[in-house]
Amino acid sequence: MTVLIAILVVGLISLAFGALLGFASVKFKVEGDPLAEQIDAILPQTQCGQCGYPGCKPYADAVANGEAINKCAPGGDDTIKKIADLMGVEPIAMDEAHETDNTPKVAFIIEEDCIGCTKCIQACPVDAIIGTTKQMHTIIADECTGCDLCVAPCPVDCIEMRPIPQTTRNWQWDLANIPVTQID
Amino acid sequence: METVIERIEQGRFWQFHGGIHPPEMKFLTTNKPIRTVSLPQRLVLPIQQHIGEAGELIVKPGDYVLKGQPLTKTTVPLAVPIHAPTSGTIASIENHIIAHPSGLNEMSVILMPDGEDRWRERHIVENYSQLDKNTLVEKIANAGIAGMGGAGFPTHIKVNTKAKIDFLIINAAECEPYITADDLLMREHAASVIEGIKILDKILEPAFILIGIEDNKPEAIDALNHEIKQFDKIKLCVVPTKYPTGGEKQLIKILTGKEVPSGVLPSSLGIVMQNVGTCHAIAEAVISDTPLIKRVVTVTGQALEKPQNVWALLGTPIEHLLQECQYPQQQKRHIIMGGPMMGFSLPNTQVPVVKTTNCILAPSEKEIPDANQEIECIRCGQCAEVCPAQLLPQELQWHAKAKDSEQLTKLNLFDCIECGACAYVCPSHIPLVHYYRVSKAEIRQQKLLDIKAEKAKQRFEARKARLERDKKAREEKHKKAAEARRARMNSGTEEANKEKSAVAAALARVQAKKAQQSGVQANTTNDDKKSQVADAIARAKAKKAGQSAPNGDAGDDKKQQVAAAIARAKAKKLAAKEQANDDSAEENINAVETKPTSAQDDKKARVAAAVARAKAKKLAAQEQPSDVGTDDTGKSPETISSTAEDAKKARIAAAVAKAKAKKLAANTESDDQRTEGEAEASTKDKDDVMAEAIVEPPQETSTSTQDDKKARIAAAVAKAKAKKLAANTGSDDQRTEGEAEASTKDKAEVTAEAVVEPMQETSTSAQDDKKARIAAAVAKAKAKKQAANADTDVKQVEGEAKASTKDKTNVTAEADVEAAGETSTSAQDDKKARIAAAVAKAKAKKLAEKAQKDNQTS
Repeated sequence: MTVLIAILVVGLISLAFGALLGFASVKFKVEGDPLAEQIDAILPQTQCGQCGYPGCKPYADAVANGEAINKCAPGGDDTIKKIADLMGVEPIAMDEAHETDNTPKVAFIIEEDCIGCTKCIQACPVDAIIGTTKQMHTIIADECTGCDLCVAPCPVDCIEMRPIPQTTRNWQWDLANIPVTQID
Repeated sequence: METVIERIEQGRFWQFHGGIHPPEMKFLTTNKPIRTVSLPQRLVLPIQQHIGEAGELIVKPGDYVLKGQPLTKTTVPLAVPIHAPTSGTIASIENHIIAHPSGLNEMSVILMPDGEDRWRERHIVENYSQLDKNTLVEKIANAGIAGMGGAGFPTHIKVNTKAKIDFLIINAAECEPYITADDLLMREHAASVIEGIKILDKILEPAFILIGIEDNKPEAIDALNHEIKQFDKIKLCVVPTKYPTGGEKQLIKILTGKEVPSGVLPSSLGIVMQNVGTCHAIAEAVISDTPLIKRVVTVTGQALEKPQNVWALLGTPIEHLLQECQYPQQQKRHIIMGGPMMGFSLPNTQVPVVKTTNCILAPSEKEIPDANQEIECIRCGQCAEVCPAQLLPQELQWHAKAKDSEQLTKLNLFDCIECGACAYVCPSHIPLVHYYRVSKAEIRQQKLLDIKAEKAKQRFEARKARLERDKKAREEKHKKAAEARRARMNSGTEEANKEKSAVAAALARVQAKKAQQSGVQANTTNDDKKSQVADAIARAKAKKAGQSAPNGDAGDDKKQQVAAAIARAKAKKLAAKEQANDDSAEENINAVETKPTSAQDDKKARVAAAVARAKAKKLAAQEQPSDVGTDDTGKSPETISSTAEDAKKARIAAAVAKAKAKKLAANTESDDQRTEGEAEASTKDKDDVMAEAIVEPPQETSTSTQDDKKARIAAAVAKAKAKKLAANTGSDDQRTEGEAEASTKDKAEVTAEAVVEPMQETSTSAQDDKKARIAAAVAKAKAKKQAANADTDVKQVEGEAKASTKDKTNVTAEADVEAAGETSTSAQDDKKARIAAAVAKAKAKKLAEKAQKDNQTS
């Protein structure tokens, strides 16, 4: 009899907990992959495809599924470090296949050479080029992520990547150049 | 609120946390009046001297401006105009080094004073109390006033608050060592300062006005007291001297006991603060219509022989002020703009005075020694004790060194006012404020990047969605169109049958092509080749017809007719090939046939006829020395072209004729080695080809009304052809007769075909002469290639050589059509033409390489 009661009680308890877990899994269901989302938030969103994936989100998904974390060239070592922190792995050096120069640049169309072929417009991942067939194109510099993707398709090589000029607005202090001066 | 006033009336104030008492050093300048300095040689006016947006320039180099004339206009609320500080000429508008620690250049107006100091028209306001609020704010905005205490926030924005204001606080604390500019201003212009305060009172309508002044300025306090006697609303609050009392949040805390929370504007607490310098500028702007063109600058430091406060025009180079105050030339130490605590070292002395410049400090070696070596933090905690913002400087320092922006933000780094009190007391000589500045700039930059990344992500996603949508729409459309077509074809009407037959025809053409390809490999006889060439021509024609059909305009109709005429001519030629004497007649027919195709261009037709006649003559005189032939052909067309318009065309014809003559000469030479019959046959064949080519260019030109350039191309093409043929003849010498005849003819005909296509392409655009040049380049490239082919032919087995040559020329012809087609789409872009030429050339090169490779393999 006591054995039966014990089985009954344990059975009821497991049923109750099972129901609770089942309810929780429905109630607190997580949409999508939160890890991929977090990695995507770290990536610089240049959508350049240098990692071999068509955009930052696909690479974030791939990293969440075990892809190497050192393929984001525009993000550089900072991004690698952040992803490593997030995923709890050791930061590794930048993939050698990728160029290490990640000075921020924007594309620039030499407008007098533009033939209006629209090839760069099709290549731009963020629609930062305006222009239409047989009309001169130009870059919306503020929207350009400097991904380089428009340079190759240009048949007349009139697109070049120019470093963002330094102004007082984006100027960074350089400690080495600051004369440390305090009065007594 | 009453308690605040009561406390103030009793002379009791609150205290802010921390603070220091650095040596004041104000004695250097405090006992001398404000001096007016001489006019500098030139003034440098950065178009942005405040926080916010730069105004829009409304002057240009060479303009003469009057004193007080605006140089920029404001298009957005956060913009503040700048004004000419004196009359003179705008020398240039260029990037000039500005008052910023970076030493970067920014857009500046360079003004050369004429020394006359002539004012623009001014409207003195006798009684500003009659003006309404908006007018006053507008006057302040138009005078270009930005906060003169140091930050440079546009004043008209600050005073145009909607919030209810309890306290208007006038900041006269001037807590930083060395600086006495506000002190002297209050002493000498107390009335004007008070007028400015009254204007602000009218705009803001505060309950009370508090003037916060440190107790180390007794003369200024007396002057102000004298002015405010009859105004109960204004309370003069003499507060104990302590650095940094002049900080906005610190002074608010001292006077009202309120703490301004992080990230909140004082106006939300009912408090607005203005600097005394700003009050003076407001009074000047509203009452005497004087924009902000000069300010008091304390030029001080023990390196100077005569430190003094000066009225400096905005834009005056620091160099000029230092000279005025007798800065010894041999001094090489840095100059500081701003006070010793919060200022920054200037990169050079060409930096101009701007609206926020309150002090120029030229310290001697003794005053500010070179940097002590920074050593490790010993965690004494003195920095936290003196921090007026109640932050934790040493923790901030660690995180700043580790670049941990998250922690820095958590520790409220952005509440740091960069007063330098922590660095001042640090026994380890750690330049704390510099670390904070670096970190602040980095975090700000990172925030911008984050915003940009977010925007890029959104745009990327939007684009992806759009492409997906477009793709779906396209698929849907295609599906519908296919269904509609199927339904129509199965409907059994006449149209449906027609469509069906078109499909059948297309299939037949494909089969023919296949058969022809196999034929190339199998056949070596002349007749087969000819039929292939005829096929090729037919194909080209079909293509052309296909291109012109969708357009359906008058010009295309003509083209079709021309094509038809060519086809007819060619057919006849082929039929009459065995008969040598019929040649001239044929050409005449050819020429005549072209006539009806263009109704208005009969003159051109006449030229063509003339050319044909000339050719006939030439043929007749073939056995005679070539010199005579050239002369004849050269003259005859010229005599016919009587009108001025046709002169050029005639010249082309002449050139063509000349080329032909040359070719014939070459032929005669090469033929010498052959038997008589052979020579006759090959010469005739070539002439056929030429005749065709000649008839075609005039027809083409007739389709485009005025483009004589095209005619020139035709000439070039003809010349190229001539060269090629000559090369062929050279190579043919080593061959057997039949081979030579076949290959030469084939190539020539194929080329002719190729020529027709570019020509038609070019004729579609009315005026683009550049395109013609491309065509010429293409033709030249082709000629080269063919010459190369001819060379290789010599070495190759006959059948192979012929096949490959023909194939390649076909390919080239196609390539040409593509290039020309592309170019014809744009109306005037000559660059494109050049590109096309380059592309064609590149393609030609590639083909040549392939040919070489083929040779090696075979």
